[in-house]
Amino acid sequence: MSEAPILMLDKVRKNFGGLAVVEDLSFSVRRNVCTGLIGPNGAGKTTVFNLITGVYPIDAGRILLDGADITRVPSRRRIHHGIARNFQNIRLMPHLSAIENVMVGQHCRNSGLFGNLQPVTLSPRNRWREEARAALVEAGLEDYARGAVRGLPYGVQKRIELVRALMAKPRLLLLDEPAAGLNSAETAALRELLARLCRQRGITLLVVEHDMHFVGALCDEVVVLNFGRKIAEGRPEAMRENALVKEAYFGLDSGQGQVCYAN
Amino acid sequence: MQIETSSHKPSEMTAEASLEIHDLHVRYGRVHALRGISLNVAPGEVVAVLGANGAGKSSLLKALIGLQPTAGGRVRYGGADITDWPPSRRIRSGLVLVPEGRRIVTGLTVHENLQMGAFARADRRAVSAEIDAIFHRFPNLAARRNHAAGVLSGGEQQMLAIGRGLLAAPRLMMLDEPSLGLSPRLTGEVFALLRDLHRERGLSLLLVEQNTHQALALADRAYVLELGRVVVEGAPDQLRADPLLHDAYLGSTERRRNAAS
Repeated sequence: MSEAPILMLDKVRKNFGGLAVVEDLSFSVRRNVCTGLIGPNGAGKTTVFNLITGVYPIDAGRILLDGADITRVPSRRRIHHGIARNFQNIRLMPHLSAIENVMVGQHCRNSGLFGNLQPVTLSPRNRWREEARAALVEAGLEDYARGAVRGLPYGVQKRIELVRALMAKPRLLLLDEPAAGLNSAETAALRELLARLCRQRGITLLVVEHDMHFVGALCDEVVVLNFGRKIAEGRPEAMRENALVKEAYFGLDSGQGQVCYAN
Repeated sequence: MQIETSSHKPSEMTAEASLEIHDLHVRYGRVHALRGISLNVAPGEVVAVLGANGAGKSSLLKALIGLQPTAGGRVRYGGADITDWPPSRRIRSGLVLVPEGRRIVTGLTVHENLQMGAFARADRRAVSAEIDAIFHRFPNLAARRNHAAGVLSGGEQQMLAIGRGLLAAPRLMMLDEPSLGLSPRLTGEVFALLRDLHRERGLSLLLVEQNTHQALALADRAYVLELGRVVVEGAPDQLRADPLLHDAYLGSTERRRNAAS
């Protein structure tokens, strides 16, 4: 018996009104196995992230983190269990600088009154601020550290959100379309950054992404959703050959190879 | 599938509307985001704008629709100098932007969002036929026509944003990363839609896109921006053959095509 998976969804169901958006969904993410979550638009991928992070309560089933049942843990507490995420539709505070936004992510590592005050101190040599700055530098974002994030390019804001999520020192990081809005050189740099983070800090990634080249290069396992159900799982290269996945996700029309793999 | 051609005649249109941009500058405080951009889009032409994050692509489109004040240079469209026109007047003349990041109104229904795209039009009957055509093209939207747009998935929101842009009866449609957040299949469908619109209506397109392969497959010409300047301009074949561009924008696309074969 190997160790418990870092994340396990067990027969999870979620309805919006009368509509079942996630149904009887079970899958596991093994520790240090970067896992992709793919599927057509509207398949329920972002909803699954919202269930794992507790944004929505689930209607049936269980969610286990390292073997512990977190189904009833409120959303705001789940970050203390080591789950962090970014958002498909960016949710930064537009009037704050990149450094300040990243420092928001440090908040969960402090407790008590003094801890709460620590990150907001204005001292320029504050260690929290230094940590935030260093993380932005590591992500190649030093040029964007100071000004308000409002108006920064989409692909830059996307990476600032990633850095903010890292500040929580998560063991499980959920990334919703991290490569969206990046060109191929920027996507390659992001992939190297993520691979390095996983290797050096032992972070396990669950990634929603449509760039299948990115998924193939980063992920060891892929779970495929369609209409809120799992239709396939396995190695990325096996998913490319899977008939169900081809039809639902890649499309079968002419020139499919180019449609599939061009980002 | 054909999106029906609108019969209405915008008041400030000329039949052959070309876009000419001369020495355009945009500043954000001390940041000089566009440093003298000159480019043009001929009637019926598809032009792609490529470049890294921060190169100025979105600033260019915002300046062209009138949302971003310019700090120098002129923009001419359909024979008129539109540099100082408000966005609403530009839209009435057929210049329409599908913005980056969807920007739909989440509290309105899908149907209401589409109607909003036609705010400047008087031909109600044509508008409702075009809305039906968009629902036919994007069945996911039709299934949720009376749902709040906020419940749509990211990809569906992108389809809605494109549909809303079409309802404004564009002659030149500017799209800021239309494939953002779309599955490979939907990306293919969106580019097929753009190709159809171009062929059937003679719609001109100015396309900002990170999906270089798809953008160059559709474009007649492309410009590459770096740090607010045009560094290369040419036909797709010329750009594909440029070794510098190949590394930055096309490298992994080539590998993907090989992986697919």
